[in-house]
Amino acid sequence: MSQQYGSSFEREEDSSNGPDADPTPAPTGAAGQTSTADLDSLLDEIDSVLETNAEEFVQGFVQKGGQ
Amino acid sequence: MTHVPPSPDSFSRLGVGAGAEDPPQVDGKRDGSAGVGPVVADRHGLVPADAVLSAGRDTAGWGVHRVMGLETEYGVHAPANPGAGHSVLSVEVVNAYADLVTSRGGTVAGTEWDYGEESPLVDARGWQLPRSAAHPTQLTDQPLMGEDGSPVHLLTNLVLPNGARLYVDHAHPEYSSPETTNPLDAMVWDQAGDLVALAASQRIAAAPGEPQVLLYKNNTDNKSVSYGAHENYLVTRSLDFEELAQRLLPFFTARQVICGAGRVGLGVTGSSPGFQISQRADFFEEQVGLETTVRRPIVNTRDEPHADADRYRRLHVIIGDANLSQYATWLRCGMTALVLSMIELGTAPEVELMDPVTALQRISHDPTLQATVPLVRPLDGAGPGGRREATGLEILRVYLEAAERHVHRFGMEDGATLDVLHAWRESVETLGTEPAAMSDRLDWVAKYQLLSGYRKRHGLDWDDPRLGMMDLQYADLRPDKGLYQAMLRRGSLRRLVPDERIRDAVGTPPPDTRAWARGRTVDVFGRHVVGASWDTLLVREEGEGPLHRFHQREPLAGSAEQLPGVFDEPAAEGSYGRLLEALSRVQAGPPRHHGHH
Repeated sequence: MSQQYGSSFEREEDSSNGPDADPTPAPTGAAGQTSTADLDSLLDEIDSVLETNAEEFVQGFVQKGGQ
Repeated sequence: MTHVPPSPDSFSRLGVGAGAEDPPQVDGKRDGSAGVGPVVADRHGLVPADAVLSAGRDTAGWGVHRVMGLETEYGVHAPANPGAGHSVLSVEVVNAYADLVTSRGGTVAGTEWDYGEESPLVDARGWQLPRSAAHPTQLTDQPLMGEDGSPVHLLTNLVLPNGARLYVDHAHPEYSSPETTNPLDAMVWDQAGDLVALAASQRIAAAPGEPQVLLYKNNTDNKSVSYGAHENYLVTRSLDFEELAQRLLPFFTARQVICGAGRVGLGVTGSSPGFQISQRADFFEEQVGLETTVRRPIVNTRDEPHADADRYRRLHVIIGDANLSQYATWLRCGMTALVLSMIELGTAPEVELMDPVTALQRISHDPTLQATVPLVRPLDGAGPGGRREATGLEILRVYLEAAERHVHRFGMEDGATLDVLHAWRESVETLGTEPAAMSDRLDWVAKYQLLSGYRKRHGLDWDDPRLGMMDLQYADLRPDKGLYQAMLRRGSLRRLVPDERIRDAVGTPPPDTRAWARGRTVDVFGRHVVGASWDTLLVREEGEGPLHRFHQREPLAGSAEQLPGVFDEPAAEGSYGRLLEALSRVQAGPPRHHGHH
């Protein structure tokens, strides 16, 4: 019945978290909040990924009009 | 699906075709059909044939099922080639993708840059890159010449094998997804567009000596310019536009608390320090109007349905942010589809804001979600003497609860619709108690938590350029640079579907709309295609012989189910004739019954 329209994801009847067809469990606590440790580790990674010339880069990011 | 509406007097039970009892009056015609679309099997378009509608009402969707599609204008930036014009860079992106597809033996359908003369429809094989390093300024009316003295062909508009368009819109490369019929597919083919844009950018980066062209899925440069991420939904033509606009305004003002993409800086130039929920809120000045580039309205009145205008209106939504999050993209489309269903069937809540434009910005500017906006009258359920103000979350909850009643009342409880309702409720409740817990699902919360953490770690003010850099880099499409990409890879943001499903959508159209006929024809019979648009296909055998033009005014026709086998053996004898026959047959409309293929 849940596949009535043929293009939905597989739905778990007991799921209260919406369509998480990815079999990987949520990475962190029950509420899904990013843990402090995870955030710290992410911030460490960002220090190495962030464009080094931030001010110049942001100033140079100029767009023409759009919709 | 046994729910009977509470007041049967005001409803009609509808059957298929001539068997209908008391069909509704729709624009004065009695056609006996529930739902706007064509009759296929047990459905009228997407509406079950035994659906019970409100008297005098019609609908183009059912639950979250509705013809919809998303458009993304990407921010385009070449830091190593600062003199390059944005149109040139955008043309380069489009051509790089055509080059990539054709280099692998695939086909796209393209039209050339118009140098001022009539632009011929052209075969799109074997294009060279129009090097922005060689041609760094604006395109002119003079054809660009290659090193060997021959003209450089510049494609500005492609129809892709997945049925999407990739083209130059103003000064941005834009991807318009193919037509889909539900919010999950809308998300999948929208994310496929990000892979298309990324592949084009990587193709340019791999060209020797060519400066990189970086692409961003965001909506502002924080220097007063904004560019769009639009949604399109088909609604029934019989719906009064004034009613549609009035019911949508409060919803569009409030829904950003779920689908905002987050932004550093307040005001159109971002000059006031701070963080706000939406990328786009500060760029809107009107409630309802036709413009999309100046004096932007919350509800846009553009009406080019690219479909049967007697049946459908295309609602062109320009208020949304470009979402990176799969969950936010899906829920944005799902909530909106349900609100449109309520408006069509007359069950939408009657919320009225005193000043929608001011409310939009006030809600956006408060990531604590406590800001209230003035109402003309208290919200439903507030009781006599209730407050004439509400938070964005409270307004969104009123729409949610009305949607829950609506789905129950009309028996729309299929899995895809219930998934959206569950996620909508969970989001509203979690945002009301612990907003940070949505950081694995919503872009603005993820970005806010990330930037707040970085800010605290380094003791930065909101106007520090590093935070502006993170805001921009969240939307960078490159896997090694994009902060959204990094969070997705770590599992800090959720996936809704396996990555393969999005990769597949780069080369395959949605099977259940005319995008199937368009995309598969371009992909499989590309050598015969001389033109393609949303509702038209032009084919000519091997570019010679008679020209055949096929119009498809019904977005639900031309599906895979209606075209069995047509694209399976393109080299077989008679395959071109079978293509013509099949396109002609579906053009005439879908079969009235199963088995009449």
